[in-house]
Amino acid sequence: MRRVAVIGTGHSKFCFNSPKTSVELMSEVAFDAMNEAEIKSKDIQATFIGNVLGDFEEGQGMVQSFFANDIGAFNVASSRFEGACASGSMAIRDAMMWVASGYYDIVLAGGVERATAFSSALGTRTFAMFGDAHYEFPSGFTFPSVFALLAHLYSSEYGIPLPKLKEQMAAVSVQAHKWGMKNPNAQFHKEITTEDVLKSFMVASPIQLHDACPFTDGAACVVIASEDAVKKLGVKKPVWFKGIGQASSGKLSSQHKFLPRIRARELACEQSYSMSGLTPKDVDFVELHDCFSIAAMIAAEGLGFFDYGTSGEAWVRGDCDMGGKIPINLSGGLKSKGHPIGATGGSQCVELTRQLRGDMVAEGRQVEGAKVGLMDTLGGDGVLVSMIMSNEK
Amino acid sequence: MEYKLTFQEYNKALKKDKLMGLKCNECGTLTCPPTMACSNCASTNLEIVELSGKGKIVSFTVVNIAAEGRENEVPYTISMVELDEGPWIMGNLVDMDPRNVTMDVIGKRVKTRGKLFPGDHYSEGGGLARPAFYFE
Repeated sequence: MRRVAVIGTGHSKFCFNSPKTSVELMSEVAFDAMNEAEIKSKDIQATFIGNVLGDFEEGQGMVQSFFANDIGAFNVASSRFEGACASGSMAIRDAMMWVASGYYDIVLAGGVERATAFSSALGTRTFAMFGDAHYEFPSGFTFPSVFALLAHLYSSEYGIPLPKLKEQMAAVSVQAHKWGMKNPNAQFHKEITTEDVLKSFMVASPIQLHDACPFTDGAACVVIASEDAVKKLGVKKPVWFKGIGQASSGKLSSQHKFLPRIRARELACEQSYSMSGLTPKDVDFVELHDCFSIAAMIAAEGLGFFDYGTSGEAWVRGDCDMGGKIPINLSGGLKSKGHPIGATGGSQCVELTRQLRGDMVAEGRQVEGAKVGLMDTLGGDGVLVSMIMSNEK
Repeated sequence: MEYKLTFQEYNKALKKDKLMGLKCNECGTLTCPPTMACSNCASTNLEIVELSGKGKIVSFTVVNIAAEGRENEVPYTISMVELDEGPWIMGNLVDMDPRNVTMDVIGKRVKTRGKLFPGDHYSEGGGLARPAFYFE
């Protein structure tokens, strides 16, 4: 397998009510990424696009094809990936493999979503489609319910009284908003307090509004190239894929042997660690899937950074903050940066790349001397993707 | 190869308060809701069985924001129940006012009946039954 790197990044402002269409959003970030990589549309051999609900949001299916045409990458192979919130990461993982295999040299991968183009009621309905339509939705399944069920299970399984767990969960959200302040692309630029979290509306007990990420519009992508192309183009700061992993699972109740752990995540990141030859100790910072505060805690444990049932204390202690044991979501995460579901994997990959190039100094959120970053994305009840990237070959 | 216990058959039975599942003739594991292959060993040597529907609550949430078209159902309680036969199923705790549901329900014994969800714009026609849990 060939070495593969990210050579260009594009990231839109994440926001409510974008005045731009999905194709427009995607096209803008594609040109930002191509300009950074100093390539032209004709150099793109294929595109890999995460987009989840374009059909519902703006009545637009197969956005990937229209997008490829829009940017002048005429007639290239263009594929859409759908794995709920992990769609963008699936797209990037596949793009990486196609380049690693030798089939393509330069491709573009990422995703786009306009999840505020429809009402939040329809949003809640369509997001519930990523649970089991026949065996879970009839009970009134919604996405906050999944992590609400897991939060209560976490409390009882690990013997953490609910009020204490709620304070730990609040610490996750408070930290996310602190870093979102420094990210110019973040949806929210507003600090929140533990009290704000605990006073916010109860969505699905014990998940309150400030335990949950928002609906978001946005796009993000990367240009991916083989080592040969990196040399030919004279790329100054390529960021290399070191390990990739993906795993799936069935409906929530079918995962009962492991819950509140997400077994597919553990398998996906084992693949990444094994392929890269790295361990959690080698990772300098993480972008992980904090769609809900409790989801961030479960992720940090599943990725191997903390023992089961202990990551909440870690957040409270500052272990997940800049300068702590393992800085997590210095972008603001899904909670504060926003979560345009099809684009989130693209956004995480852009964050890793920019951190590893040392681009975050001006924004005041550079992890000094960072060499290795890990990203983790969760889609619905059943797609988990992880990737490890490094600025060292 | 034919699907042993389809959603249609499972649904028809649950509408009559019967919870159906599959017993694996290779490893003995019970799978519910049904799948094509055994949830433990992936064997397709399965037979259809009726489960007791009895078990204990392992988790719950009281939902205050529903999906489009189901706003009039809130608040409602989703529960996960570990059946005596092993599998976990998702359903609704209907035997208690959602406003009174706390962590204390975890571990409580329940029995299962069926409760119809008439369906919405995107669902199968004819309605979908979901497990409804009553305290034993």
